[in-house]
Amino acid sequence: MKHKAFVTHAQAWHSAKMNLITIDDLSISYGGVTALKNVNLNIKSGEIVTIVGPNGSGKTSLLKAIIGAVTPVAGKIQIKSGLKVGYVPQRINLDPTLPISVGRFMRLTEKITKKMCAVALEKAGLPKLMDKQMSQLSGGQLQRVLLARALLGSPQVLVLDEATQGLDQPGAANFYKQIEKLREETGCAVLMISHDLHVVMSASDRVICLNGHICCSGTPQSVVATPEYQELFGTGTDGALALYRHSHDHEHASPTSNSEAIS
Amino acid sequence: MLDDFMIRAFLAGIGLAVVSAPLGCFVVWRRMAYFGEATAHAAMLGVALSLAMQADVFIGALIFAIIMAWITTQLSGRNYAMDTLLGVFSHSFLAVGLVVVSFLTGVRIDLMAYLFGDILAVSEFDLGVIWTGALVVLALILWRWKPLFLSTFNEELSYASGFNPKREQLFLTIGLGITVAVSIKVVGVLLITAMLIIPAAAARNLARDPEMMVFAAALVSCISVTVGLRGSYIFDTPPGPTIVCVTLFIFVVLNLVNSVRKLTL
Repeated sequence: MKHKAFVTHAQAWHSAKMNLITIDDLSISYGGVTALKNVNLNIKSGEIVTIVGPNGSGKTSLLKAIIGAVTPVAGKIQIKSGLKVGYVPQRINLDPTLPISVGRFMRLTEKITKKMCAVALEKAGLPKLMDKQMSQLSGGQLQRVLLARALLGSPQVLVLDEATQGLDQPGAANFYKQIEKLREETGCAVLMISHDLHVVMSASDRVICLNGHICCSGTPQSVVATPEYQELFGTGTDGALALYRHSHDHEHASPTSNSEAIS
Repeated sequence: MLDDFMIRAFLAGIGLAVVSAPLGCFVVWRRMAYFGEATAHAAMLGVALSLAMQADVFIGALIFAIIMAWITTQLSGRNYAMDTLLGVFSHSFLAVGLVVVSFLTGVRIDLMAYLFGDILAVSEFDLGVIWTGALVVLALILWRWKPLFLSTFNEELSYASGFNPKREQLFLTIGLGITVAVSIKVVGVLLITAMLIIPAAAARNLARDPEMMVFAAALVSCISVTVGLRGSYIFDTPPGPTIVCVTLFIFVVLNLVNSVRKLTL
């Protein structure tokens, strides 16, 4: 097993050097209301970590703290210097008065050529979208454009906040397939929030179950077995669990058999 | 050549036009349409206090416009939305300004003059102030263009790219404050706020990219100033409102053209 839930002190010290992101005792509160308390979390290169948790459990707050959008009240977040973080937000509200083409948006912060941009869009399954206005995209197209843009910066960590919101099931499955492929190709770490429990967990190395604090964490298998997880996600996941186990047995199977398991 | 008051008015108008185009686009994109007005009202309090202390009107207006910019930036997103805060401070500053003016005995000032301004009374010194302010603000926007635009597009994406959107917003509001301060005396609140919003709104119909919208807005503004001043000379109408009327006319025409184009496509 690649990632153990428990490591010895010496191991922890050693592995700290390879941590891309180290979160120590992080607490976040908004106007006195605590959103997150004493969160400890490390992200190592190449691993896929999924955060699950009910609404208001502080998932988004955690990601926002990592990208620097929220200042923690206690604890600290260490980010390896020079680390390139790609971020895909939950959803973006586009003002229709803001004119910008997809191609221009993709090249807004990254210094890349039009050709590279076209290739990236092609890869994301969005050819011929270059000159379309951002405000004219469908929810699914927008989400994929955001992912393609995040990938253009060749990130070492990809942070996704419920990035499949607004995608249908095949769309979401495709999205995750793209992310797994990306990890294989570039070795980039992925930290994501997701509600698509069964889809996401099969692809994750580690699952963090959040509810104002870390309830439990570990391999997908060990997390679903914990009473904390079952209490939070209850009976509704029974079916998903079965699906999950099924797909986990075929962890390295071809993508097609995976998607059959999902749909 | 600068002796001619029409030429000075024209140059002042063009100065305002080129700086209000990019600012106006951001104001429209960020739904801060009320901001120009609020800053201008805050500046009125500055104008009143400057007159009370016999200081230069520009300094007072600048200080209060920037205070307004700073307060709203700091407080927005906490307990109140931006537009609520603007409403609170805009009206309070204007009211306090008017009360302060009433205490000024011996000084007869007409705040209405600051509402509509008098672009035909622009002196060479005013012209220098306007163009200096305009160039400073243009340089500021040029320097912050990418982060400003990204933070307008989406705050989280801006954070993730290492730009604090609060800071970018402060840059923008300070730019607005400077613009209002340098131009309030000569062109008035009405013309400033109109020149911020209407050309940018009209330009939306022409643009597919943000930069294009800024250029189109600047073009609309410059045409409005030129035609408006000429019109006010010919028809003997007040210049500021005439310029605004021309801008409105362009806005309506561009919208009609756009609707027809959509129908025929």
